[in-house]
Amino acid sequence: MSADFLYTIEVIINGLMAGVLYSLVALGFVLIFKASGIFNYAQGVMALFAALTLVGLQEGRVPFAHLINAMFGTKIHHFDWSLPALLAIILTVLIMILFAILVEKLILKHLVNQEPIILFMATIGLAYFMEGFGDLMWGSDVKTLNVGIPQGGSFWFEDFTIGWAAEGEKFYGMYVDLLDVWAAIIAISLVLVLTIFSQYTKSGRALRAVADDHQAALSVGISLRVIWVLVWSISGFVALVAGMMWGAKSGVQFSLSLIALKALPVLMLGGFTSIPGAIVGGLIIGAGEKLFEFFMGPLIGGATENWFAYVLALLFLVFRPQGLFGEKIIERV
Amino acid sequence: MLTKNEKLLEVNNIEVVYNHVILVLKGVSLSLSKGSIVALLGGNGAGKTTTLKAISNLLHSERGEVTKGSITYRNEKIEKLNPSELVKSGVIQVMEGRHCFEHLTVEENLLTGAYTRTDGNKNIINDLEMVYNYFPRLKQRRKSQAGYTSGGEQQMCAIGRALMSKPETVLLDEPSMGLAPQLVEEIFEIVKKLNEKEGVSFLLAEQNTNVALRFAHFGYILESGRVVMDGPAEQLRENPDVKEFYLGLSGDKRKSYRDGRSYRRRKRWLN
Repeated sequence: MSADFLYTIEVIINGLMAGVLYSLVALGFVLIFKASGIFNYAQGVMALFAALTLVGLQEGRVPFAHLINAMFGTKIHHFDWSLPALLAIILTVLIMILFAILVEKLILKHLVNQEPIILFMATIGLAYFMEGFGDLMWGSDVKTLNVGIPQGGSFWFEDFTIGWAAEGEKFYGMYVDLLDVWAAIIAISLVLVLTIFSQYTKSGRALRAVADDHQAALSVGISLRVIWVLVWSISGFVALVAGMMWGAKSGVQFSLSLIALKALPVLMLGGFTSIPGAIVGGLIIGAGEKLFEFFMGPLIGGATENWFAYVLALLFLVFRPQGLFGEKIIERV
Repeated sequence: MLTKNEKLLEVNNIEVVYNHVILVLKGVSLSLSKGSIVALLGGNGAGKTTTLKAISNLLHSERGEVTKGSITYRNEKIEKLNPSELVKSGVIQVMEGRHCFEHLTVEENLLTGAYTRTDGNKNIINDLEMVYNYFPRLKQRRKSQAGYTSGGEQQMCAIGRALMSKPETVLLDEPSMGLAPQLVEEIFEIVKKLNEKEGVSFLLAEQNTNVALRFAHFGYILESGRVVMDGPAEQLRENPDVKEFYLGLSGDKRKSYRDGRSYRRRKRWLN
């Protein structure tokens, strides 16, 4: 095989891996949108908050340390213990469930049967609150997250692929980041589990019923509150996974919450209501933007990754507004 | 156990206010005895739907509230129950305008009706067959998305879905809405069969007075949030005012608007 061809494959593989990371964020959006028709603006901030909490717990940071120090003139920062990664993850999951319960009690409960735009605005408020609250609780410094997921290039894969090039070609093997591989595995299993849950279980069916018609769901005895707590807990969990992967890759800091913006084109491509769509959309965007950069970038001055995904999404909006796998917009005449 | 003809549901003099200001029901009382079909009649805005929603406790999500009076089921107050507890105790509402879950298949729609049940999968599957027996058309369309079925099929789906909760009482809101007369007849026949064979009691809100009074045992007529007349269905059918105002019959002769008598009579009747 020629080296150019192998480079292209390498670009595709890395694009797909990056796409999986977008999918992880998109997944959280899809879940909440499916179950309540709410576009949850706070999804990115939830990922940030979950990652902050995870780091904080793991390193034994004192929550609200700055506030306490400012009020009482103390100088506390860390407890004198640190938690193993698994325990910290479990505690963070519990905190995200608590968060879901609070969101239901303080926000959603009072907005039953309101216009989607009102709920959307409520999530904007929630996003800004969470952003500030996360800072206040854990401090605004950039933190490194290490939960034991292997990182860096895989030497095995490099050695494995180095022999593929034709004799005499310059090729040093393909580079894949182990973290990306793990992210891919975790994302795909998450999607499988969530799809099975939503298609074949009683709660999953109820969740889709609530998405279709709040009032009718109430009338058959489905408790909206239970479903909403459930779905916000699950998407809190998904946010934690996304925050963990992105946090491990680029540090836990404010910019983590902006990954939500990258999830938007993924959603438009895959469809706001489809769990598998979130994955496929992510893969297409990931591979598409890397390939475009690889082939077209040098011709038009580079930096195409910043906008390619959005242009692609725009095209989709024109020709297939429900996305690839989204629920058909049912119109009967 | 209550025997037949004992009172299941009693609504005593309820008042309903929307958004804290709009008074919709101004003292409605009615009762439903076990094993009967009771019709709630009246024009647009008379308060039929609001009455049903007050009973099924779906008012809250529309910012409505029962401010006076009481609602009891089997002699227990039910105003404070949430819809899910109410479904568990045997009262379920089929909402006006069908409200099927569009993106779920017909069968999935039916299964959501069994959401509150805890008596095991086997019984639920049995009841699914029972529903398919009453509505063979639903069996044919079981795998299609409910949003793509016809209006009649959606109405059947909505009623079937309610039946899946094993209800004792079904609050059926305007089943005839937007359906061809033949289909209306078909649906009412099935309601009658369900009432006779399965012993399900129905409280039925309808604008189609003619059909409703043929199938119901007892009727209440609502106007602007008040019950203005009630009685056994045959009696209401024969009542000259009901005939004129709701059934569109006015004796033998055609009437002229000029004499204006009936208008004045109706006005007096409403106050």
